[in-house]
Amino acid sequence: MATTTPATQASTMAVLAPAIGWLIPGAGHMIQKRWIRGLLLMISVVAMCVLGLMMQGRIYMPNGGDILDILGFIGDFGAGGMYIVCRALDLGHGVVAHATADYGTKFIIVSGLLNFISVADAYHIAIGKKQ
Amino acid sequence: MVLTLSHFNAALLFSICASTVFAITQRTTPRDMFRYGLYCFSLFMGGLIVAGWLMWALRH
Repeated sequence: MATTTPATQASTMAVLAPAIGWLIPGAGHMIQKRWIRGLLLMISVVAMCVLGLMMQGRIYMPNGGDILDILGFIGDFGAGGMYIVCRALDLGHGVVAHATADYGTKFIIVSGLLNFISVADAYHIAIGKKQ
Repeated sequence: MVLTLSHFNAALLFSICASTVFAITQRTTPRDMFRYGLYCFSLFMGGLIVAGWLMWALRH
């Protein structure tokens, strides 16, 4: 019967935590029993994304056009499950005429970028680089 | 539901969320996280105020 060693468990978590953390903001910390950190990260990232949508921000689609559009997509994609849900619900068409829509677009991009940072932190905890 | 925020209020919410994430990911102990979060928040809001007055000075 195969048994898992601590090294195997650590390497599994090093893949699982970032993956889950990308999909569900903060969950990468929660599965490593950092409950409060994970909850605060989840609230922050999700709140930024939701606020951005409420300000009628735009969600970028995968594109090969303008460099800013490409970077916008990369930022949005960082939100993981939030991006998938928004695309599935056809949200984030943006309203060009409103100044607050521009704020909203930036909120959504930054929520994804913050989730990238959160994913990296979950990985560092998984490999033991951080407590 | 459409949310219309002033620039200041949008920046305030942005600063709170970003400072929280920076604090948790860049520090290890809860005390250090809290202090760093406050530090980041003060830099965000302070920078906002300084930039606003700079723009006013340039305009006038």
